Amino acid sequence: MSNGWSLTAGFSALLGPVLLAQQRGDFWLPQRASSEAGAVDHLFYFIFGVSAFFFLLIVVLALLFVLRYRRRPGREVEPSPSHNLKLELTWSIIPIIIVIVIFALGFQRFLDMATPPANSYEIQVTGQKWKWFFTYPSGFVSDELHVPVDEPVKLVLTSEDVIHSLYIPAFRIKKDAVPGRYSTAWFRAIEPGQYLLLCAEYCGTGHSDMQTWTVVHEPGGFETWLAKASNFLDTLSPAEAGERLYKTKGCAQCHSVDGAGGIGPSFRDLYGHRQALRGGAEVTVEENYVRESILDPQAKVVAGFEPVMPTYQGKLSDREITAIIAYLKQLASGAQEVP
Amino acid sequence: MSTTTDVSGTPAALGENYLNCAHGLRSWLLTLDHKRIGVMYLISILASFFLGGVLALLVRTELLTPQRTIVDAQTYNQLFTLHGAVMIFLFIIPGIPAALGNFVLPMMLGAKDVAFPRLNLLSYHLWLLGAVFALASIVLGAVDTGWTFYTPYSTTTGTSVVAVTLGVFILGFSSIFTGLNFVVTIHKMRPAGMGWFQMPLFLWGLYATAIIQILATPVLGITLLLLIVERVFGVGIFDPALGGDPVLFQHFFWFYSHPAVYIMILPAMGVISELVSVFSRKRIFGYKAIAYSSVAIAVLSFLVWGHHMFVSGQSALANMIFSALTFSVSIPSAIKVFNWLATMYKGSIRLDTPMLYVLSFLFLFGIGGLTGLFLGALATDVHLHDTYFVVAHFHYVMMGGTVIAFLGGLHYWWPKMFGRMYSEKWGRIAALVIFVGFNLTFFTQFVMGSRGMPRRYYNYPEQFTPYHQLSTIGSYLLGAGFLIVAVYLLHSLVAGRPAPANPWGASSLEWQATSPPHPHNFAETPALRDPYDFSDLVYDPATGNYAPAKGADA
Amino acid sequence: MMSTEHGGTGGNVGYAGRPRLAHHFADLEQQYTSGKLGIWLFLVTEILLFGGLFCAYAVYRANHPEIFLYAHTFLDKTLGGINTVVLLFSSLTMAWAVRAAQLGQRRLLMALLAVTLLCACGFLGIKAVEYNQKWKHGLLWGKRFDYESVERHAAEAHGTTAAGAAATGPAEQAPSVDASNVPPSAVGPGGLAAPAPAPPAHADAARAGPVPRNVHIFFGIYFAMTGLHGLHVIAGMVVIVWLLVRARRGDFGRNYFAPVDFGGLYWHLVDVIWIFLFPLLYLIH
Repeated sequence: MSNGWSLTAGFSALLGPVLLAQQRGDFWLPQRASSEAGAVDHLFYFIFGVSAFFFLLIVVLALLFVLRYRRRPGREVEPSPSHNLKLELTWSIIPIIIVIVIFALGFQRFLDMATPPANSYEIQVTGQKWKWFFTYPSGFVSDELHVPVDEPVKLVLTSEDVIHSLYIPAFRIKKDAVPGRYSTAWFRAIEPGQYLLLCAEYCGTGHSDMQTWTVVHEPGGFETWLAKASNFLDTLSPAEAGERLYKTKGCAQCHSVDGAGGIGPSFRDLYGHRQALRGGAEVTVEENYVRESILDPQAKVVAGFEPVMPTYQGKLSDREITAIIAYLKQLASGAQEVP
Repeated sequence: MSTTTDVSGTPAALGENYLNCAHGLRSWLLTLDHKRIGVMYLISILASFFLGGVLALLVRTELLTPQRTIVDAQTYNQLFTLHGAVMIFLFIIPGIPAALGNFVLPMMLGAKDVAFPRLNLLSYHLWLLGAVFALASIVLGAVDTGWTFYTPYSTTTGTSVVAVTLGVFILGFSSIFTGLNFVVTIHKMRPAGMGWFQMPLFLWGLYATAIIQILATPVLGITLLLLIVERVFGVGIFDPALGGDPVLFQHFFWFYSHPAVYIMILPAMGVISELVSVFSRKRIFGYKAIAYSSVAIAVLSFLVWGHHMFVSGQSALANMIFSALTFSVSIPSAIKVFNWLATMYKGSIRLDTPMLYVLSFLFLFGIGGLTGLFLGALATDVHLHDTYFVVAHFHYVMMGGTVIAFLGGLHYWWPKMFGRMYSEKWGRIAALVIFVGFNLTFFTQFVMGSRGMPRRYYNYPEQFTPYHQLSTIGSYLLGAGFLIVAVYLLHSLVAGRPAPANPWGASSLEWQATSPPHPHNFAETPALRDPYDFSDLVYDPATGNYAPAKGADA
Repeated sequence: MMSTEHGGTGGNVGYAGRPRLAHHFADLEQQYTSGKLGIWLFLVTEILLFGGLFCAYAVYRANHPEIFLYAHTFLDKTLGGINTVVLLFSSLTMAWAVRAAQLGQRRLLMALLAVTLLCACGFLGIKAVEYNQKWKHGLLWGKRFDYESVERHAAEAHGTTAAGAAATGPAEQAPSVDASNVPPSAVGPGGLAAPAPAPPAHADAARAGPVPRNVHIFFGIYFAMTGLHGLHVIAGMVVIVWLLVRARRGDFGRNYFAPVDFGGLYWHLVDVIWIFLFPLLYLIH
């Protein structure tokens, strides 16, 4: 049995650091892109080593016994005890010690993972079927998570509807976003790049599409991005800005841009056309109608749709509404979608 | 003509037995005979397993490609929900206790029936009623919440949650009454001379299971009632907008559902204890340790439910306590595995089909149990929670553990139950196909999961495609293996060699009855003997029967 | 219910003193003690069933004592007290009935069962009155709680303006954390995790001031617990009626009284559950 122990120790000692030195992923685990990922993976491989040892022990012994003690004619069962206190204590106490170690390591590392540093950059996260929204301290909302490299970031999560769970495999973090309360998670990204951000709590039809990117910027890159993105009304063309608003203000949940049916009318080929309304009247979709539909959506509802659109009174500025109108014009004119 | 306890090995399939003593549907549906009830359960749960299996294959087929393959997202969500609900509530929870335990338990005690035969029949009819409700939901708008029914999704979705939860509520009572029956039977109907530590270990397994059934299932009952009341009356207990707490549901739900998984595995471990001993022809090693471990597992199982909720926002203190207790419950299981191995040491091992399932179990449950360590440790669980790693873990313990043990037990008691031997050759082939198919299906899922593939995903990131495809191929192979089993077992019913009383040389009391047994189990009271002493049982090649060397002949 | 005579067609014709032994039991003693263990195990499951509701009560009361303090004043202590006495008395008559069955006193047994039944009817009647009162005043669960009417009455009674807004607003700060460096896990926009404001000093003063937010939670729990209990009372009444029928037939006597015994145990549990419900719901201080 001592061979097995040195094997495990050797495995952890030699292979462990070799595997962990590389930050890119290996057979079992994805790339290590956060400061805590290394510790998590180290524990993973420790448990793996322990498990492999005991598993091989069980399988090898079973096979050995089957081969050696196979029933053969004329061969009697050798007498052997059906009870051995020393042996039973050994194989009880050793696993107990091992699991205590695993528990302690797991708990200790978990505490580190659960304790954001005091100076963490805070980003509010809202999960909503089926999209993530990230609100930066300036108030700017994006549908992607952008962070600076090598700085601790604290996420404050909540949900607008059902329980979601934010999962970034490369960072080894996961936390449920629960409606009616806030939960927190933190990380420090150590490698610039783009990493998948997924929803990990089943939330309905679009659960598996509720993904976005975590973008880790080079030093200085994050501030540049944030300034540019926040001022998108200034830096982008009105139609491009309108498209950004379409994606981040919740319009996309109900209004498609490709003609597909939804809870609300599709925006493709909408502007400039006549629409039949509930109640029989007709209207041409132009600037005033669009503005009214955003601020007082129940006033003129398109026929065939329910009056369920919430109002954006107080949530969209006049400039933003103008941008949205520009976007709708672009969609109707058949121009290519903004890249 | 043999209605006496027949140790000579003359097959009783030709004589009067519990199968041919009465005919007609009413004699089955209104029977009070635990053996007939057991057989009805067996048919019912195997039908459920088939349904659940078909659903699984549909799920796996959809996952052949990263985007839509055969169904849309909504249908997919309904498929995996139904797969889980059917497999758990209709198949595996009743599983071994209802299908095998009902038949074997009284006979292992040398008794004529369970303590409350009418309650037993009621249990079965409640199963039928619950199944009707649960399956009716398919036509009413199949549920898409996942078998865990987490709020607030389950309180707001438009699918027929109430029908399914009513069905599960009723099934819960079926389970409770079975557990109640078994506890009383084991307490009160042991023969004189059979103390607690002279019982076969299968009964310890059933007893520990029954304790959990009695204590845990009512909590599921009230949880589902609250869910129904929330949906129908809008009480607001789980609705944050009304001041409720959606995470409270998770606490209630897992308070039952974690012990429930031990309802699934404890009887399986009991079966393995019997099989490993008989097919090594050696007394079980560490009888008392195994018996105490069963009870310890039952008790500890109530203390660990929070390990399903490590990332739900519960406090670090709660997380720590649940993690520590979770590791504690792993120890008795490990002890059992070592005891089984030690039983094989210096035994006389025969690789009949039941023994192949024992070896399968050691391999597969070994992996399943050890992967629980990854999930019990807090730091690693954060990464692995709600990924395919968890899916693989529980399939290894539930299918690689319970289903494999169930198959082993089914093959073991098949001759007793139906008076027929099945084809040993096909038994071995199927066991191998199942073993290979299972590993191909589920081992890949461990790798997927630790690489970041979440569960319950209709579409998935492209990089996981090869893993999913391998897994799907494995699932078809696994399905084929089960089909083979079904075919040769059914075939044995009509054309199998008639079985003697004791084809395996076992020592527990049920093997003193004829195969199949007399309607009242034993025509004469069976001779009490040590269930793990095989030394005096001599094989007769002419009949294929084992009998005591000095025993009387018919 | 838990008796196990193997009646086949079930046609028992008054066999006090000549009880049937089910074929799978060795003797009457085994049959009786098995039934006894069986009913006790069933009672344990009932305790677990109600336990879930008691747990929900504990969780919500710990987090929002102000809700419970305020809302319980709408419950009529007198009616609740009468119900408690009624059920206690019915447990007495039930226990006495078991004794009567053991002694073969058929007439007395029937009378006692009948009185128990009457008490149960009385209990349900009073509960019906209470439920009706709640319904009329809009004191219901979840969205059906009529805040307007309650606030109006509160304003009229105390001369304050019911502003509609809660005295207990959304939590603005995290719950205090112990000295560990573990961050608070759940701080919510008015959700369950929000810390409770200090409850009013006296119960009488509980109704002064604006209506606490989410006070309907109390009534949700009230109806769930008393409703489930009421269902069990009804089930108990069915059992007692059945026992009455069998008693009339002369089934019970010195050698056979198990059904009365076991039914009595069930009835005692129903009583015990109420003994807990009453102070927890009606007598909050």
